[in-house]
Amino acid sequence: MAFNYDQYLRVDKMPTLWCWGCGDGVILKSVIRAIDKMGWDMDKVCVVSGIGCSGRFSSYINCNTVHTTHGRTIAYATGIKLTRPDAHVIVVAGDGDGLAIGGNHTIHGCRRNIDLNFILINNFIYGLTNSQISPTTPQGMWCVSAQNGNIDPTFDACKLAIGAGASFVARETMLDPKKLEKVLVKGFSHKGFSFFDIMSNCHINLGRKNKMQSAMENLEWIDSITTPLKKWEALSPEEQLNKFPTGVLREVEQAEYCEMYDMVIASAQGKRGKITQDDFAKKI
Amino acid sequence: MAREVISTGNELAAHAAFDAGCMFFGGYPITPSSEVMHEMSDLLPTVGGKFIQMEDEIAGISVALGASMAGTKAMTATSGPGISLKAEQIGLAFIAEVPLVIINVMRGGPSTGLPTRVSQADIGQAQYPTHGDYASITLCAGSLEECYTQTVRAFNLAEKYMTPVFMLLDETVGHMHGKAVLPDLEEIQASIVNRKRFDGKPEDYRPYDVPMNTPAVLNPMFEGYRFHFTGLHHGPTGFPTEDAAQCQFNIERLVGKIDAVSADVGLDDDADYEEFMLDDAEVCLIAYGSISRGAKEAVMKLRNDGIKAGLFRPIMIWPSPAKKLKEIGQKFDKIFVTELNMGQYLKEIERVMGRSDFTTLHKANGRPIAPLEMVAKVKEMF
Repeated sequence: MAFNYDQYLRVDKMPTLWCWGCGDGVILKSVIRAIDKMGWDMDKVCVVSGIGCSGRFSSYINCNTVHTTHGRTIAYATGIKLTRPDAHVIVVAGDGDGLAIGGNHTIHGCRRNIDLNFILINNFIYGLTNSQISPTTPQGMWCVSAQNGNIDPTFDACKLAIGAGASFVARETMLDPKKLEKVLVKGFSHKGFSFFDIMSNCHINLGRKNKMQSAMENLEWIDSITTPLKKWEALSPEEQLNKFPTGVLREVEQAEYCEMYDMVIASAQGKRGKITQDDFAKKI
Repeated sequence: MAREVISTGNELAAHAAFDAGCMFFGGYPITPSSEVMHEMSDLLPTVGGKFIQMEDEIAGISVALGASMAGTKAMTATSGPGISLKAEQIGLAFIAEVPLVIINVMRGGPSTGLPTRVSQADIGQAQYPTHGDYASITLCAGSLEECYTQTVRAFNLAEKYMTPVFMLLDETVGHMHGKAVLPDLEEIQASIVNRKRFDGKPEDYRPYDVPMNTPAVLNPMFEGYRFHFTGLHHGPTGFPTEDAAQCQFNIERLVGKIDAVSADVGLDDDADYEEFMLDDAEVCLIAYGSISRGAKEAVMKLRNDGIKAGLFRPIMIWPSPAKKLKEIGQKFDKIFVTELNMGQYLKEIERVMGRSDFTTLHKANGRPIAPLEMVAKVKEMF
């Protein structure tokens, strides 16, 4: 039987505001199927989004939803999660939202390893506002804010997340929704900060200006720049330079922030001694 | 039983938040307000409350707003530069109607200004901290006791009107150390206001479907009442809209729920101002915050010198105690206004009283104004 999305969607808000062929819809459906697999009670789920095309994500899922300001999703979500550690919190942001204006919060959300599920919809562009360069726009592409071609170096969002301390880091594309769903379930089940770099298309505002007129051409390009981690590891350094590895890039057990905060409460209430360096394996 | 304590203004503000039921603090270190944060980090976990020092000022308020959205009472504390950074989130709190207490311990500005010195230069900022139309509630403490009582009041007003509330201390009041007599704790607890909630069927819940001049009814998250928070203009259920009539109504309601209610019946039953020896006075001094203390001494010195002086001290700065200010403007020929800025509240006094023939003493050099300076200036009027 076909999967019934209606029970998870705010059907009165359909159709979405996203362009025809946009990957956001595929990601939305994958997130919904992953939530279904998790068996979460939607009254206990919160979706927090920021500004940009991905900002609308929160209004389409029928749960507790917050559409915050540009870049601040993780900070708002941290307040929600700390207040209600029993809740399942999904954060959705674009590459501009999560890596440029909100980069600082992304770093520190990863560092705290608070149990948030952070979905970075990475379409390599500011799509909503007509094609300005984002931190992931490839050098040499043309955008309205780089009229002579983009010279700004890009960065690898997953490397940032790993460096900052996220305990689950994965990259997938929206080309294979089944695989995406599996990785989402894995990350949703993980205790700690789960970082998903999900590559998606924006043929309207990246593609059309960069010789990828259709969604398909944009998707073919995404396919050409990604390769599964195992295959990627076998590549030469020169080849690795132009491919992003996909799959689960990091999965470790690491103390989660809300649980660590329980130590603070226990200490303040005299139920345990003061927190010292001996409480942590990593001392520096 | 009243409680005698020896403390500082900043610490008393933290204790007031704690006693008012605040269970969440998010912030970022900044002079001269950091002691509020220090005290909260000590107090909150004792009752299972959450404290978090965030990576920047913006995150400091965002995390507190998230907590408030989830349904708990939350606070942040900062100084002028921090308010400048938090401005956009304050706007979201206004339009999405998320209660929050924001303590601003004022220091000299603009920019980094005078970090460790006193100022009252954020009066204008408290009225319009962010872009767009809205009305702000701002309280200003003039004593150690008021750092406590007015912070409790700030929480009650935030919950009652579903809005961010500014609690202004200045560096002098915040760092003042001495004895304070606080109200009985049970009396405080009995006065606590909690945000309204909707108890009907979840499918009937329309959080923003409220009449003109009344606040939204926002239930805590995760209790079966699903709705949508957004910084966009929104309709009755919280979802974005660009409908012209709805947007106009939203703004009129946001402004009206504070300004119209304040002008009509007042926002609460607490005093919005203090009158000190005004009954028989022939000259009225107007001052607020730390320098109102010097102004009181100036009143006594002037009276010793045969000049019948009195003091009017606004406590609720925004909305201003306009009715009373107007009365004073009509009653007194001689009015003296002093502030630790270049005349930010003077503009409001002029607007309300419809006159500008005041004697004034304004300084913005990070130093308090001595009572004798005020006395000399007032004597020039005679």
